[in-house]
Amino acid sequence: MNASTEIVSKSAAAIERARALGRPALITYLPAGFPDVQATIDAAVAMAENGADVIEVGIPYSDPVMDGPVIQAATTEALAKGFRVASIFEIVAGITSRCDAAVMVMTYWNPVMRMGVREFSRRLAEAGGAGLITPDLIPDEAAEWFAASDEFGLDRVFLTAPSSTPERVQMTVEACRGFVYCVSVMGVTGARSEVSAATRGVVDAAHEAGAPRACVGLGVSRREHVEEIGAYADGVIVGTALVAALGEGGVPAVAALTAHLSGKDKA
Amino acid sequence: MTTQSPLPDGAADRFLAGEGLRHAPGPYFGEYGGRWMPESLIAALDQLEDTFEKAKADPEFEAEFTDLLLNYANRPSLLTEAKRFAEHAGGVRVFLKREDLNHTGSHKINNVLGQALLAKRMGKTRLIAETGAGQHGVASATAAALFGMECVVYMGEEDTRRQALNVARMELLGATVVPVTAGSRTLKDAINEALRDWVTNVEHTHYLLGTAAGAHPFPAMVRYFHEVIGDEAREQMLAQAGRLPDAVCACVGGGSNAIGIFHGFLDDRDVALYGLEAGGDGVETGRHAATITLGLPGVLHGARTYLMQDEDGQTIESHSISAGLDYPGVGPEHSYLNDIGRATYEPITDTEAMDALRLLSRTEGIIPAIESSHALAGALKVGQRLAERARAEGVDPSEKIVLVSLSGRGDKDMGTAGAWFGLIDEDTARKGE
Repeated sequence: MNASTEIVSKSAAAIERARALGRPALITYLPAGFPDVQATIDAAVAMAENGADVIEVGIPYSDPVMDGPVIQAATTEALAKGFRVASIFEIVAGITSRCDAAVMVMTYWNPVMRMGVREFSRRLAEAGGAGLITPDLIPDEAAEWFAASDEFGLDRVFLTAPSSTPERVQMTVEACRGFVYCVSVMGVTGARSEVSAATRGVVDAAHEAGAPRACVGLGVSRREHVEEIGAYADGVIVGTALVAALGEGGVPAVAALTAHLSGKDKA
Repeated sequence: MTTQSPLPDGAADRFLAGEGLRHAPGPYFGEYGGRWMPESLIAALDQLEDTFEKAKADPEFEAEFTDLLLNYANRPSLLTEAKRFAEHAGGVRVFLKREDLNHTGSHKINNVLGQALLAKRMGKTRLIAETGAGQHGVASATAAALFGMECVVYMGEEDTRRQALNVARMELLGATVVPVTAGSRTLKDAINEALRDWVTNVEHTHYLLGTAAGAHPFPAMVRYFHEVIGDEAREQMLAQAGRLPDAVCACVGGGSNAIGIFHGFLDDRDVALYGLEAGGDGVETGRHAATITLGLPGVLHGARTYLMQDEDGQTIESHSISAGLDYPGVGPEHSYLNDIGRATYEPITDTEAMDALRLLSRTEGIIPAIESSHALAGALKVGQRLAERARAEGVDPSEKIVLVSLSGRGDKDMGTAGAWFGLIDEDTARKGE
C-alpha cells in the first residue's frame, strides 16, 4: 500500500492506535468555515476529546456533486460568509496544535488544482495535516498528487464503491496511503437509517486487495452503525449527522454526539 | 482565408503529416478532458464507453441511428444562402446550416436520439437530463417518449419560472421536471443534481448529458452524434458553392453544435473555425459566459477544461441573455482546439446577438434562437474582416464564403426577444416564454 516506506502515515497511526485498544477507528467530518473558522477548530477539538481518532475537514466548494442536502447547505453557508480556501491551513494548524487526532482534508479537486497541487501540499504539510481525501479524483488522474504527496509525506485517500470492479479496487488500494475510503452505498452523503447491504462487500473487496485499513463512509450516523460496521471494517466515517448537530446545537452537541458514536458516553 | 491559424509544434506536425484532428477519440484532447469523477460513477462511464465503441462498429446501430435522423428528425437539414443578410457582412457570401429545421427545433435532437439508442442497448429504462433554456430537456423528453422510457429533467428553479412554456412541453411529453434549488439554481447546479441522481440510480438510469462536455466518453460521444452537421454541411457547400467556406461560425456554450459542424472541416486547413462565446453585458463587466476568452483551465463536471473560476477555484456564475450559453465551463475539445490555434474563440455581447437576431428575422424571414444569434453576430464580424482583406488583395469580397451553424429556431425565445425589443411587457414575456 505504501510505496515510500520512509513516510509515516498519520492517519494509519491513528487507526492503529484505535485497533490496539480493540475498537474501530472513529473518523468524523465537518465542513471548514461552518459556521465560522474558529467554530470549526473548536468543534474538531471537541470531537478529538470525545473519541474521534481522525478528523476530516471538508473544503466548501461551489459544485459538491457527492454531497447531499445537509452538507450542501452547510458548505453553501460557509461560502456565502466568505470562506477562503487558504483558511484550511489555519484550521488544520489550529486543530493539530490542540489535540493529537490526525487531521485529513476532504476536498473536491479544483480548489487544489487552482492553488497548485504542490503548493497546496506544501502548505498542508506545514500546517500539520495528515493528507487528503479526494471524492472526485480517481488514481487514474492523480499523477501530480502522487508526486506531491510523496514529496511532502501526506496520506492520499481515494474511494472505492459498490460499483468498483476488482481491478479498480486493486488499483485504488495500491494508490492509497493511510486508509481506503469505502463508499457504503451508491449515492451522496447523508444519514440513512440502515447500514447498506453493499457495505460488507466493499470492505471485503478492499481487504482482499490487500488494504490494511478499510474505513466506511456515507450513511453512517448512529452508534449501532459504528458497532455493526466496526465488526468487519477498520474504521467508520460519520459526517452528515455531526454537521446537523453542529448546526442545531453548536460545539456541545457535536461533543455529545461524538461521545455517543465512540461509546465514550457509556465508558 | 488567406492566412492560417498558427499551429504549435506537435499539432502542426501531426497536421502536416496528414494525421489530422478529426475523430479524436478522447479521453484526452491535449491536456484537456479525462475523467475527474467520483469512483462510484466510473463503472457506468466504462459501460457507456464500451457500449458506444461497439455501437460505432455495428452496422445495425448505424442503420438505426441513420433511420431516426432521416425519418424522425427531418435530416438532412437544409443549407440556405442568406443573400440579404450577407449585405451586412461586408459583401461576402453567407450560408446557413439550418439545424433550426430539425424536429424539436435545434441540433439537440441528434445527440438525444444517439444516446437513447445507447441507453436501450445498455438495458437502461430511465433517462435523466439537465437543461437550461429547456431545449435539451425538450429533446430528451421527446426521445424518452419515442423509446418508451421514463424521463426526469433537472432544471434550475429560476429557469423553470423563466421557461414555463418549455416546462409544460416536457411535462406534456411525459417527463418529470425537477426544479433545482441548490447552489446558484442555474444550469451548472442542474448538472450537479443530475449527477447526484445518476450516482444513486445508475443501475437502471442513463445520464443523457446535453453537450460535448463532462467526463469521457461524453465529449467524444456527443461530438460523434453531431458530426452529421459538419458532414452534411461540407457536402452541401461543395454542391451549392462548388467549394469549401473560408470560415465557419458557431456559438459555444458547452459547444456541441460547434464541435459537430467544426468536425466536418477540422482537417481543411484553409477553413477558419470561429467559436462565438456569450459575452453577456461585455467581458469587461464580469457578467458573461466567455469561458475560453477569459477562463482558466480547471476541472468541472468531470473534465479538465477552461472554466470561469475565482482565485480559490470556486466556479463563477456565468451570465448571458441566452440560457443555452449560460454555462461556466466548455467542452474539452474546444479548449484543445483553442490552445493549438485551430479554432478561434471570440465573445459576442447580448446586444450584438440580439441585433443579429432581428437582422436575420428582417432580411431572411428566419427567427433564430438567441444562442445561434451569437454565431450570426460573429459571422457579420468575420465577414467584414474577410471582405476587408479580400479588397486589400484586390479580390471581390463575394468570392469569400462564411458558413454559419444556425443551431436552433427562436420560437422559444419570443418572451426574451419581445421584452428586449419592447414589443411586449415583461410580465407577458415571462408567461409566454
